[in-house]
Formats: sequence, C-alpha cells, structure tokens
Amino acid sequence: MGDGTVSAPLPTARPVVQLRGVHKSYAIGLPNQTEVLHGIDLDLQRGDFCAVMGPSGSGKSTLLNIIGLLDRPTSGTVAISGVETTGLDDSALTQLRGHNIGFVFQYHHLLTAFTALENVMMPMLGDAGFPNAAMTERAAALIDSVGLTPWRDQLVGQLSGGQEQRVAVARALAMKPALLLADEPTGNLDTKSADAVFALLREVSTTDGTTILFVTHNPLLAARCDRTIDVIDGRVVARGR
Amino acid sequence: MTPPLTTLRRWLPFEWIVAIRFLREGRVQTAFIVGGVAIGVAVIVFMSALMSGVQTNMIRRTLTGQAHIQLTQPKETVRPLRNNVPGLREGAILQVPLQRLKGIDQWQGIVAQVRAMPGVVAVSPSVTGSAVVLRGVASRVVLLTGMEPDVYYRIVPLPEKIVRGAARAASTDIVIGTELASDLGVGVGDKLRVTGAGGVTTTLTITGIFDLGNKGANARSTFMALRTAQSLMRLPGGVTTIDVTVRDVYDAETMARRITGAASVQADSWIKTNAQFFSAVSAQSMSNTSIRFFVGLSVAFGIASVLVVSVVQKSREIGILRAMGITRGQVMRVFLLQGGLLGLSGAVVGSVIGALALTAWQRLVLSADGTPMFALVFSGALFGWTLTLATITGLLAALAPARRAARLDPVVAING
Repeated sequence: MGDGTVSAPLPTARPVVQLRGVHKSYAIGLPNQTEVLHGIDLDLQRGDFCAVMGPSGSGKSTLLNIIGLLDRPTSGTVAISGVETTGLDDSALTQLRGHNIGFVFQYHHLLTAFTALENVMMPMLGDAGFPNAAMTERAAALIDSVGLTPWRDQLVGQLSGGQEQRVAVARALAMKPALLLADEPTGNLDTKSADAVFALLREVSTTDGTTILFVTHNPLLAARCDRTIDVIDGRVVARGR
Repeated sequence: MTPPLTTLRRWLPFEWIVAIRFLREGRVQTAFIVGGVAIGVAVIVFMSALMSGVQTNMIRRTLTGQAHIQLTQPKETVRPLRNNVPGLREGAILQVPLQRLKGIDQWQGIVAQVRAMPGVVAVSPSVTGSAVVLRGVASRVVLLTGMEPDVYYRIVPLPEKIVRGAARAASTDIVIGTELASDLGVGVGDKLRVTGAGGVTTTLTITGIFDLGNKGANARSTFMALRTAQSLMRLPGGVTTIDVTVRDVYDAETMARRITGAASVQADSWIKTNAQFFSAVSAQSMSNTSIRFFVGLSVAFGIASVLVVSVVQKSREIGILRAMGITRGQVMRVFLLQGGLLGLSGAVVGSVIGALALTAWQRLVLSADGTPMFALVFSGALFGWTLTLATITGLLAALAPARRAARLDPVVAING
C-alpha cells in the first residue's frame, strides 16, 4: 500500500476513481531514472469535489494524467467507474476515457477551426453512436448552461479567455462523464472569470453528481472544495476537511 | 436575441468534418499546396495528351498504308544432308533457294481461322507482286496489289486517299498513285498496259488516283481486283498475302505470334517491320512516363511537407482530441483525408488548367494550311486516371504524417 488512504466516510457505492499503490517512474533502466509518484492510494466517490494542491513538480499533473488514463502507472492499479484498467489496450482505454472522463486544461486547447457550439459537439461527433438530434440539443444546452448562447456560433478564437475556458468546461461535460479532471483551469483567468468557472464546476458537481478533481495553486479556491489533497514529492501527505 | 442554431452536418463522418475544417482554417497554406498540385497535374495532363496525340498521329500515318499484321507463306529453305552415323556429319554447302512467287496453302481456312480470333477486326486476302505498266513509250515497274475492296478498304482506307476519281476496283480497273500518274502523264479514264511477273499482259482503265502522303508509295503502288491480279501473276485462286487489322495496334506482335502458332504461315506485325519506329515511340513513352513519375513525386513531397507542418501545428489539438476519446484510427484518418482531399482538389484544378492549355495549344499551334497540327484527344479516361492517381498520391503522401499524428502521446502533445 502507498502513503495515501481513502478519506472518510467510507463509501458504500463503487468509487468513481480507485488508485492502489500507484507508482510512476520515468527513464526506467537509465541512470537518470526518476520516480515521481510513490505508491498513491486514492478513492473518489460520485459527486466528490476535490482540490489537488502542491508545489510545481510534485507530481500533480502526472497523477491527473494517470487518473485520466492518458498515462499508465509503472506499478499499481487504477480503476475508473469500477473498471480495472491495468490490462486494457489503448483502444479500450480511449473508449473508457471518452465515455467516463472529461478534461479541462489550463490552456483550453479548443479547436480553433470550429465555433463554440461545434467544439462542444466534438466529443459526441467522434462517438458514432451518438444520435444527431441529441448531439445538437445537448451541445446547445451545455453552451446555455455556461452562459455563452449569444456566442455559440462564433469561432472560439473570437472569445475571451474566460469564455474559452467555459466552452472547454462545456466540452468536457458533453459525454456526461462520471469524472471531470481540471488541471489549473483558472490559472490563466482573472478573478472574476476564475470565480465563474469555479462556480460552474461546483454546480456540475452538485446537480449532476459529477466527480471533480481540481488542480489549483489558489488556496482560496481549494478552501471552497469539499476535500483537498496535498501532493508533495509524489506522495499524498495531507487530505482534509 | 438568440442567434439561429447552426450545427455540424452529421451526414459527414467526424474525420471528414475535422479534415475539411483543418484545411479551411489554413486556407493560405491549403491554397498554395493545391496550386502546387494543380500545376503538377496540369503538366501531366498537358504532356500526356500531347504525347498521346503525337504518337497516335505518327502511328496512324505509319499504319495508313499497311496492315497491322501481314501473313505470308513461309520462305522456302533447304536442309543440310546428313547421314545417320552418330558423330559423323557430312560437309555441305547450303545455297539459299530462290523465292518463287507462291500462294498461301489453304488460305481460305486460315482467313476463317484468323477472323475468328478475339481482337481481330478485319482480314483481307490479297495478291502482291511486281509488274510493269506501259503508256506509250513510258514504262514503270510497280507493286501490284490485287484485293477484295470490301474488306481491304477496312484495313487500308484507300477511298480516303483518293484525290481524283474513285477507289473502284472491278476486273478491268486499276487505281494508281499521283506520282505514277504524273510520270506516265495519265488521268482518270485513261488506259494502261500492265504486264505481270508471270508474263501475262492486260489493259486496265484508271478509275482513281490516290495520294498516300509518301512520294515513293505514290510512284510504286497500284491496286486492282483480286481476280485480275491472280491472272496477271499466274496465281489462279491463290493469294500471296493475308492482311490483318487488330483492335489494339500495340498488341499486334503478340497476335502475330499467336497466328504463327495456330497456322502454318509467317506472320509479321507492323511492330516487327517498323522496329526502329516502334523503338522511337517506346522511348518517347518511357520518357513521358519518367517525367510524369517525377512530377508526381514532387507533388507527393509537397503534400507530405504541408501535412508534417500541420501535424506539428495541430499537436495540442490532436492531444485534446485523443483525451476526449478520439481513437488513433480517427486521428490517422483525419490526416489521410487531408492528403487525399489536397490531391483530389489539386487534380481537379490541374485538369481544368491542363484542358485549357491543350485547347489553347490546339488553336495556336497550326500547320502551314491553318489546320491543327494533329487532333488532340480529350480522353475522359486520362482525366479520370489523373484524378484517381492524384488522390492516391495524396493519401500515400499523408501516410507518414498521419501515422505520426496518430502516435502522438496525448500527454506530450497537450503539454506541447
């Protein structure tokens, strides 16, 4: 077992995220081999709104990438919505990620060739099984929920930073994910825009029961989350509230 | 007021939508590469049509006065005399026998056999040999061809070459060339005394005068009815030659070999009898193909370089697409489609430019008499093949960049 343990109260339902003994090393077998995560254990339940804090280089982003199935642990297990991912191939991981996890990054990485509405439609469009009418309806509703209806047909390059980040949040929610990973989504925003994005995430967590893991350097925002996880030197050393 | 809802067209698959948008987004870059592909395709279309026109024209002119395949009786040979003692061989001086005029054995059967072969268009039996024509004190040695006009004119379109009179060949008619008519001072309706190699002499009436476009041929060639020639050559009921026309002129040599294998005759194709000319045509085709290959290669490199740059430019977007659940296959197809679309759109523009250039060439480059130098063929197949090959080239050129995009590690791509 690693350093981290499951926070109280003990869950009765299946955790949305379950990490057990997760280690992550880079440059394996080379003289400069570095272990950046040292046996992380972590459980996140449905509806959890959890902040992740820690200094730069402590392993926050690596942890997020592993939880988001963008990276694989060197050892240990990762289960998302009850699905153990260790033995899954890239295709299965992609499918699991697409249906269960949404991402919001510090840099929104929207597709500049598309409008705000189209960016939100993109994950649904990539999923051949998503019906056309439902796709448009859901994207419009999401754009409306982030308060961007008047700008939905504008190319994202014409939006402000705060608006772009709200589009990114709407896009991350398109597939109704059980888990939303936000890597410093407010890092490049002014206070007002940051508050708006945070409020949006909070609302999603409350109303939809989406589990949110929110990396931030802002202690004020972290204080407004249900839980806070501190990652220092690749270990979860504190958790709370 | 809420703006009207515009949405993506789901009838297009995801990969098509993203590929088209990526191309539209970098429209200057796209325009440049489409322009580059178009120039390459225009060169290929123009050159191919021009070369094809030149070759068709040359071959048509060459084959105007001759059959694609000519069947004759095999030459007479002698065999060295040997006894049956093993290892012992008698010395022998072999003298090549004189080749007397000889008809083809069982020619009716051979005609029927060849006519039934696939790819054969027309078969015409004829008698050829030398003769002397007399007009007053003037005489000329000529090549006499006796034929059945109905079938022979399907092989050698003599009526098209007639400048005076008609290509009629009844039993007392003869059709001669312009040079011979000039040398003998005769015209249509005049009589000529003709003495065949067999010593038979007859008087024939000139019914037509032709111009084959070759001074020598116009001075030596004469045409008459098959029966008349058989009589003059003392070859009653026989023929010396069977002329064959095939559908594909380039297939003539293969057909000739098949005929030789099937019937006991010597079959010579126009390719064999015009070996140097055919070699020149082949060399021209080879050089044309080489030029097309290298132009195609430069087009492929152009597309590939643009897509490599595009993959680098779009790496973060590719990363986020992968994070959203877009598969490696879908990412790969996005870039393959871009390559294919660049190739196809460049080919469409290039085909139009090529066609316009050909039209201009046909109007500007004229013969001395003001007519086009030769007919250019605007072949639908040429344009179809060009579009197909350009699209395939685009797809192949996009393969490496597409694989690179598909293999991008999303974490690395997102973090730049």
